[in-house]
Amino acid sequence: MNKNEGMSLIVKTITRLTVGLILLFGIYIVSRGHLSPGGGFAGGVIIALAFVNLLLAYGTRGLKKFPLMAAEIIETIGALFFILISLFGLILFGVYFYNFLGTGRPFNLMSAGIILPANIAIALKVGAGLYGIVVALVLAKSLMEKK
Amino acid sequence: MTIFIILLLIMIVGALVATYVRDLLSAVVSLGIVGLTQSVTMLLLGAPDLAIVQLVVEILTLIILIRATISKDISARVNGPREFLVAATGIFFVLSFLLISYHGLRHVSAFGHPAMRISHDYLQQGLAQTGAANIVSAIILNYRAFDTLGEATILFAAVIGVYTVLREVGRKKSDEQK
Repeated sequence: MNKNEGMSLIVKTITRLTVGLILLFGIYIVSRGHLSPGGGFAGGVIIALAFVNLLLAYGTRGLKKFPLMAAEIIETIGALFFILISLFGLILFGVYFYNFLGTGRPFNLMSAGIILPANIAIALKVGAGLYGIVVALVLAKSLMEKK
Repeated sequence: MTIFIILLLIMIVGALVATYVRDLLSAVVSLGIVGLTQSVTMLLLGAPDLAIVQLVVEILTLIILIRATISKDISARVNGPREFLVAATGIFFVLSFLLISYHGLRHVSAFGHPAMRISHDYLQQGLAQTGAANIVSAIILNYRAFDTLGEATILFAAVIGVYTVLREVGRKKSDEQK
């Protein structure tokens, strides 16, 4: 079987059923990083793994929906978002990475100030970056096999 | 203490097997043993954040190594009497992993008691100063956010490097037929 066409029907069906749950778990890990173990890096890798799962099951023709350029753009947006958070504190309060949102009430989801948006920014950056690495390597390998 | 020595021995054996085995797929699997055992060790030492990161990064590394670099076709079809053995081994390892993780998760909160002064201050005032219930997040994104910025920069540079080496612009025309 051609590898670019993906795996068998069983794998495709199971992937279709589970990939949403994996994505949801990644978002959970990211958004509760300031309350329970986890955080932007781990959640971002889990989100990337959901897309890599799709890539493995459906082959490289699924790349039309999630192309490499989208991963690059999302990664850049995440990095800029993180730097913007740090510069906000510097410009408004004179301290780099100042917690300009306040602490809030502990153990609530909307607490801990800049930690939640910083986690989201890191998750976008890490997830898109690692997905991009996998896509670039897979594309390079399929090009090499064609030769 | 004995459990850590056992885990360390498993890690060393896995690394040695990964170095000396001839088949590339077996080497990748042995490397996975090292990473997963390290994740369990971190969980037992009371660092669940690091254990999660180690586990997911290990899985991603395994996928990259198998799907993107090993060129040989991988077919792991097992039938006959070996099928039962493979299934029994899988169930045994899943059960033992669950047992070890249950044992580790029970003892997580007791760790970190004899701390140094600055860590003591972090632990004492971290919740009041940052509002984050997870002290690891409070440290890496509030007290030491600059470190996190450096780490993010390292990953960004690594991704840019991969894109640069594997880019399609610099290839010759004859290679571009997909």
